[in-house]
Amino acid sequence: MSEQATEVLAIVGLEIHVELATETKMFCRCRNRFGDPPNTNVCPVCIGMPGVLPVMNSKAVEYSLKVGQALNCELPSYSKWDRKSYYYPDLPKNYQISQYDLPLCKDGYLDVPLPDGSSKRIRVLRAHLEEDAGKNIHDNPAHTGVDLNRAGVPLLEIVSQPDMNTPQEALSFAREMQRLVRWLGVSEANMQMGHMRFEPNINLHITRGGTVYKTPIVEVKNLNSFKALEGAVTHELKRQYAQWLEDPEGFSLDRKGKQNRGWDDQRNITVFQREKEEAHDYRYFPEPDLPAVVVDDAWRESIRASIGELPLARRERFIKQHQLGSKEAEAMIQDADTGNLLDDATAMGAPPRRVVNLMLGRMSAAANEKGCALGQLGVSAAQLSQLAIMLEEGKLNATAGDKIIDHMIANGGSPLEIAGKLNLLAESNTAAVEQWVDQAIAANPDPAQQVRSGDKKAKQAFGFLVGQVMRISGGKAPPSAVKELLESKLSAK
Amino acid sequence: MNNLLKLSALELKNAISRGDTTATEALEAYLHEISVQDGALRAYNEVLVDEARDQARRIDDMRKIGESPGLLAGIPIAIKNNLCTTWGRTTCSSKMLANFRAPYTATAVARIRQAGAVVLGKTNMDEFAMGSSTENSAHGASVNPWDLSRVPGGSSGGSASAVAGSLCSAALGSDTGGSIRQPAALCGIVGLKPTYGRVSRYGLVAYGSSLDQIGPMTRDVADCAAVMNVIAGHDPADATSLDRPVPDYLANLDEPIKGLRIGLPREFLSDALDPEIHRAIENAVEVYRSLGAEVKEVSLPHSRIDSGAGGELSSFAVACYYIVATAEASSNLARYDGVHYGHRTERDAADIIDLYSRSRAEGFGDEVKRRIMLGTYVLSSGYYDAYYLKALKVRRLIKNDFDEAFETCDILLCPTTPSPAFKMNEKTADPLEMYLADIYTISVNLAGVPAISIPVGLSSRNLPIGMQLIGGVFREDVVLRAARMFEKASGICRLTPPPLGRDAE
Amino acid sequence: MSNKITPEVVRHIGKLARIELDDQQVEMLGRQLGDILRYVDKLQALNTDGVAPMAHAVEIHNVLADDAPGQSLTADEALANAPARDNDFFMVPKVLGDS
Ligand SMILES: [Zn+2]
Repeated sequence: MSEQATEVLAIVGLEIHVELATETKMFCRCRNRFGDPPNTNVCPVCIGMPGVLPVMNSKAVEYSLKVGQALNCELPSYSKWDRKSYYYPDLPKNYQISQYDLPLCKDGYLDVPLPDGSSKRIRVLRAHLEEDAGKNIHDNPAHTGVDLNRAGVPLLEIVSQPDMNTPQEALSFAREMQRLVRWLGVSEANMQMGHMRFEPNINLHITRGGTVYKTPIVEVKNLNSFKALEGAVTHELKRQYAQWLEDPEGFSLDRKGKQNRGWDDQRNITVFQREKEEAHDYRYFPEPDLPAVVVDDAWRESIRASIGELPLARRERFIKQHQLGSKEAEAMIQDADTGNLLDDATAMGAPPRRVVNLMLGRMSAAANEKGCALGQLGVSAAQLSQLAIMLEEGKLNATAGDKIIDHMIANGGSPLEIAGKLNLLAESNTAAVEQWVDQAIAANPDPAQQVRSGDKKAKQAFGFLVGQVMRISGGKAPPSAVKELLESKLSAK
Repeated sequence: MNNLLKLSALELKNAISRGDTTATEALEAYLHEISVQDGALRAYNEVLVDEARDQARRIDDMRKIGESPGLLAGIPIAIKNNLCTTWGRTTCSSKMLANFRAPYTATAVARIRQAGAVVLGKTNMDEFAMGSSTENSAHGASVNPWDLSRVPGGSSGGSASAVAGSLCSAALGSDTGGSIRQPAALCGIVGLKPTYGRVSRYGLVAYGSSLDQIGPMTRDVADCAAVMNVIAGHDPADATSLDRPVPDYLANLDEPIKGLRIGLPREFLSDALDPEIHRAIENAVEVYRSLGAEVKEVSLPHSRIDSGAGGELSSFAVACYYIVATAEASSNLARYDGVHYGHRTERDAADIIDLYSRSRAEGFGDEVKRRIMLGTYVLSSGYYDAYYLKALKVRRLIKNDFDEAFETCDILLCPTTPSPAFKMNEKTADPLEMYLADIYTISVNLAGVPAISIPVGLSSRNLPIGMQLIGGVFREDVVLRAARMFEKASGICRLTPPPLGRDAE
Repeated sequence: MSNKITPEVVRHIGKLARIELDDQQVEMLGRQLGDILRYVDKLQALNTDGVAPMAHAVEIHNVLADDAPGQSLTADEALANAPARDNDFFMVPKVLGDS
């Protein structure tokens, strides 16, 4: 066969399961809490005992609607519950209460920032609420243990359209979703605790010689890390292409339909999953124990009002309002608390530039060291704004500012008090500053001469002298005054 | 027979509150009667002697210190074995739940206990409430006190047999397609299925969740109203229970309804009906006419009963019911798999599927399996639209018929059953034949409206005949008052079966 | 539709419903279910075009509970009815993964 131009387009859709951070489970009032001893957050309802009935958690519905609103979804006025039947020991009723044809949210989209700075709009088909299953524990080689603490935890399933074309796009979508649900405060979205799970649908559209070949759609089940998501999509694309090359006619969507595969974390590959013949007959039907959810305009409006500003809108605003660079703005929207700190501090009169520098400088480093978010350092907007104002007014130099931040994180207290206690306030007495400058010039004649001559090393020498003055002053010399004095003393021929 | 056993529940309550007797004395009289007679009637799966004695003593103690012990103080009540209690076992008369002890009590049961009732024990039923004769019970069949060779009806047959046989003062049953009214009719007692959502289903083991209701089974209408006063009302633990005020059903019970508008569904009074029952119903209509009621024919076209060429009866409502109820049942009963509770196979299970399939094959009886299979079939891929969805649409049509009828009527009057109590084993071979025992009661559940069955007389074989009065949504008050009107005017009230041991031909 | 359900279909439904059936039961259920289905087929005669399906007897909506923790069971209470337990877990034959 002659060499023909082959075009390969990856088609990826994503189902994302998000556990909602409610106090209690979806249909009973057991605690929704990770890590407790087995079968202690359970009751007759979530064990599926005979005769008990589900009652839906208002918070879970509200959280789901918030996500739907943030995803620009339609929030239909009528949605209902259905039972999805399958047998598994971690599903005590042997049906899952879910939503089949009338979900809480449908037809939305999410604009996803890509690493190159651009963004891509990924359409969202629907988001529906359901109950999570319990956990099968496989520690014992002879049998399986079942823990129902997770059974009945509210789970929001968000289903995208197949709008992603690379593993990177799938990853970016997943990360953006994580940020969004955290931003809205509806989920901790902690991957280690299984708060987010992914199921990508993947296939290839291959064009060769004017013919479009579609490979079978593969759904990779139950991925619980970003790494697994990226790995699974990457591997699937390679695997499907290789398999298609072997048999372009046979390996097709029409012939093979949809398949499920699992992810092997050790070998970094997707693996074939044996399925029971009747696995797909879920026999959905309306849940008779639960009335419908009716969302009226007033409810929609209150949801809309409760959402507040979303990440990308905030980023645009920061760029315009505070003249942030796009990297800086991006850093400010990692989570809602970070940007709130900037907003609150500037609202108290602090200059935005100073606040941003503090946040992305010493605070950011401290957060990294601690492995927490900026907002969790314990620095309040009031502290931050006072510090920024002191810096702006020249009452502190940058080094002193950093010291105060460290001190505030460790011990709390107001910047002014700390500066006093640590003797960090800038010297306002000009005579004292002049004396430190003179000392520095006298002790360093060569650099002083370089500055005077204005040769190519003058700039570096000037910086050196400023540093010397700061050293001699113990950090108390105000940098602006030092620079001014050095310039005037060394400019005269 | 101890004279205490002859009193109605309200009479007994009054006797206790007057100090003529005590809760303990009444309880002991019933316990004695049970020990003597239940060997023949087999109404109970389990008599909860200790807890009953504790409760009776508590009631007597409360009375001694002058506290009011409640609306049902000291009344010995039997409850169907699909109502969960933290004491005793809740078996649903199934091998599957032979040893199940619920860590919760059904709201309706908690309410009658709160009102001072003494729970005597758990009564026999068709397994998981699936049946019309109480022959489908892992504990063996119950018997009709009117004729020990005949069935008491079902599925609340144990409760009906116990009330009719004076083995309890009143009982609770559950009704999915007629399971309170049909046995009430066959045993000559009063049975009410309330409006769907009027009584909490919490703790009632589900059969057809969108049809199930708990209701009273009593000797007369006043007792029925008294029990309703206690069990009706909103329960936050049941999302389908309705948050609407509960009237005092006893308040105006004896006041006749002036100009009561009675509708006779012409579809229910066809030639196919047993002539004795037809006559009894006509007599009842005459009683109402004589009381000034306005009687007219109405139509429930989608509840129509057709006679086939071979005389076999059929009805859209029965067809609709057997799809809806079994679909829901197939899902409701999926939880019985031998993992978290209930019967587990002792055979070696190679894997989890074996464990499930064998545990369920061993734990369920034939009728339960049949309905699970049918329900699974109608929901399965490829059949859903033709059967299940179609049935839901027909259900709407059936309900619309009722809505229309209640625009011009206060109640609808019709037979409860197509025939009096039938013989044991008469219908067990043919499931369809058995399903037709509920031909007049089923559409009421589909529509969600309340209906009562009261005795209207005896057949030539001395078997009770029941009449069904159907009301609009939430009109239990109208149904009860209309029933009381008949009871008073006809004098047909508290029919007493012949002494046990008699066997009609 | 046909009067009798084929053994293959009965077995398939038995698998879906997780009920082990022997050949005799398959034969009997095929016949009985066939009869019942023939009976319920009479619904096909009704015109239901444009009729909204009715899944609930009384149609209400938005019955919601507050997100406030209530009483749970202890592990022993939860497992009191369990046919088999392994410490505080329900015990089943070996299965793979989660559902
Ligand atoms: Zn629970």
